[in-house]
Amino acid sequence: MTRPRLVTGARLRYDEVREEHLLLVPEGAVRLNPTAAEVLELCDGERSLDDIVGVIAGRYDNADVGGDVRELLDAMTNRGLVVDAAP
Amino acid sequence: MPHPKPFTLIAELSYRCPLHCPYCSNPVDIGGDKYRRELETEDWIRTFSESRRLGVLQLALTGGETMLRRDLTELCAGARDAGLYSSLITAGTLFTRERAAALKAGGLDHVQISIQSPDPQENDRIAGNRSFEKKITAARLVKELDFPLTINCVLHRHNLDRIEELLDLALELGAQRLELANTQYYGWAVPNQEALMPTWEQLQRGEEAVRRFRERVGPKVDVLWVLPDFYEDLPKPCMGGWGRTAMVIAPNGDVLPCQAASTIPGLEFANVMEHPLEWIWNESEAFARFRGTDWMQEPCRSCPLGRQEEDWGGCRCQALRLTGDAAATDPVCRFSPHHDRVLSARESAQPSEFVYRTMKRPARI
Repeated sequence: MTRPRLVTGARLRYDEVREEHLLLVPEGAVRLNPTAAEVLELCDGERSLDDIVGVIAGRYDNADVGGDVRELLDAMTNRGLVVDAAP
Repeated sequence: MPHPKPFTLIAELSYRCPLHCPYCSNPVDIGGDKYRRELETEDWIRTFSESRRLGVLQLALTGGETMLRRDLTELCAGARDAGLYSSLITAGTLFTRERAAALKAGGLDHVQISIQSPDPQENDRIAGNRSFEKKITAARLVKELDFPLTINCVLHRHNLDRIEELLDLALELGAQRLELANTQYYGWAVPNQEALMPTWEQLQRGEEAVRRFRERVGPKVDVLWVLPDFYEDLPKPCMGGWGRTAMVIAPNGDVLPCQAASTIPGLEFANVMEHPLEWIWNESEAFARFRGTDWMQEPCRSCPLGRQEEDWGGCRCQALRLTGDAAATDPVCRFSPHHDRVLSARESAQPSEFVYRTMKRPARI
């Protein structure tokens, strides 16, 4: 995974009715915890995986978040929800 | 206890359609006066906003043929403004470049195109309309405009043996999703049941082809494959449970718990022109009738597997059709005293003629 982005048509949104973060995809949704939503928001196809880890670590007192971010993105990639923007 | 919040609104914009598929899920009385008057643009848009406040996130714009609504772009913009994720379900024959670009600009999120068979002649024969080439052109346009593409194919004995061609076609078209929807026997599929019922061998080969494709292609194409009810021995949670996750609005504004609910005698459906959607979902008789588990009879009531809140008793319309009682256990269930009727339906596959969907004359069934 070089430069992750959300698969075509996937949209992040906060559902005010249920008060939770969701990734909306064609005819479905994935519930996200707030941190997962933060990570996915950074998956714009421009930032590299390291950039994303750096941004998240910066927000949480430089905590070691690399493993968690990779684990999340691997799981999302295996479900076809995140793809690599690099050719 | 508060009712669960709906997640999906299935908006049947119109029952008009240039295709004549013999398994159409629309009611068989679509030609009747009841459905002549369709909701106006502003009524739909108001209803979209009401649905979002209730919890709806997914909007399926379906029909009939959605592209026959001239206000489709306005409806998509209304859905976007309401905060809904919108899917357009279309046969693709009227999906021109100009209209597709307008829908994109209007905020449509996703397009699903139906294909009747990967073989052009067979597609056109099943659809009762020369449409295959137009569908393929439409699918390519969907990709070109950077929509996510779903290909949908309703499966039955006439096309199940082409499942590998279908999987390859979806891959070649760049579909993100492929819905392999084994025919469900309501709407127009009821009078065509004998002609449509597949054999167990066809289904096994189909399932095997799907497994190999998933292994080869991975998550790039999400293939949805569900074994048809008639070959199961435990029921599915039809619609995710009655009045739990989804609602259907017919072209005239009637709000139903499922697309086939109008076949259940004695149920009265409230209309969005007369009641707020919130009242219809939470208070109306039709949604209350089979919600939860209190309405269940035996053997559901004392289910030996404790599945009451898993399958919610299965499909009410199927229970009605096979037992005469909409409150009976879905006879797909092996504990149902009527399960033999499902077993004999499996044997009933016949090479008979299709009864094509039409609005022109009353169906002779």
